[in-house]
Amino acid sequence: MKLNLSRPLLALTLAASTLLAGCAAPKTLYQWEGYEPQVYEYFKGEEPKEAQAEALERDLQKIRSTGKAVPPGYHAHLGLLYLSMGKDDQMVQQFNTEKTLFPESGTYMDFLLKNAKAGVTQ
Amino acid sequence: MISRTCKWLIAGLALTVLGGCVAPKTVDYSAYKQARPKTILVLPPLNTSPDVKASYSLLSQVTFPLAEAGYYVLPIALVDETFRQNGMTTPDDIHQAPPNKLKEIFGADAALYITVTEYGTRYMVISSETAVTATAKLVDLKSGTTLWTGTARASSEEGGNNGGGGLIGMLITAAVKQIINSSTDAGYPIAGVASNRLLSAGHPAGLLYGPRSPKYGTD
Repeated sequence: MKLNLSRPLLALTLAASTLLAGCAAPKTLYQWEGYEPQVYEYFKGEEPKEAQAEALERDLQKIRSTGKAVPPGYHAHLGLLYLSMGKDDQMVQQFNTEKTLFPESGTYMDFLLKNAKAGVTQ
Repeated sequence: MISRTCKWLIAGLALTVLGGCVAPKTVDYSAYKQARPKTILVLPPLNTSPDVKASYSLLSQVTFPLAEAGYYVLPIALVDETFRQNGMTTPDDIHQAPPNKLKEIFGADAALYITVTEYGTRYMVISSETAVTATAKLVDLKSGTTLWTGTARASSEEGGNNGGGGLIGMLITAAVKQIINSSTDAGYPIAGVASNRLLSAGHPAGLLYGPRSPKYGTD
């Protein structure tokens, strides 16, 4: 009898916690770290590009260690920083990584890579 | 007897909780659903507020809500740089760019045109309020059709920032406060809340979930 009484209660508690957890805990698709503040930093232009790239590379290690997804634009933004530092090889690598992770970026990444190549041969 | 009561309780609880999650729709989403955009190009916002920081403060915080809603967001700073290299240096110039050209270069399905109408701190006798208001229009770059429009405001004077942004909004504020020293630009964290309120999916009259979200097609 005691068991009969506690089982529905247990079910209720479980149901309640499952439902509440589904609503209350916002799980993100990506691990963001300092991506957005770094984009703002780029626009403000107060910090050297080298320091911005270092901060993003450091955060990238953190993201990799958790196995979560890198946000869209992250690698492309790193590519932009390497471009402005004259590190073209690293730029190409970052743009290609963006394209691999997000095939939707293909048109734009190809446009940038084509322009970069044209710039080198000029 | 007891178990029947419990069944009713569970059913009631489920309804209540689900009711809290799924909100009624008040907007016509038919064009939006037909267009099914996957990638969003966010143009640098127009700014009608007196603060010159408004456009880029907000622009740097649009990726989070849009990407978490399930869209691919074209890299913000890189896109701005591409516009500059093509002679478009102000948001006004950029907002005039022909949609087919935007589609050709960036490969985006839709573009988001944002206007910041309020940004900054008003100092009053007893307290001060920092507030940000923005409006947005999502346009299909293939057809030029407007798929969605929205507006949102966030203010430092809201009781614990408990408005439309809800839990996520609060989390963002907390996270942003840790990273940025808000004394240098008090509008920045408020713009983050406004952006999140304006551009996150899953609330009434908000954006629909995009293809990268597990909730795609459920709204």
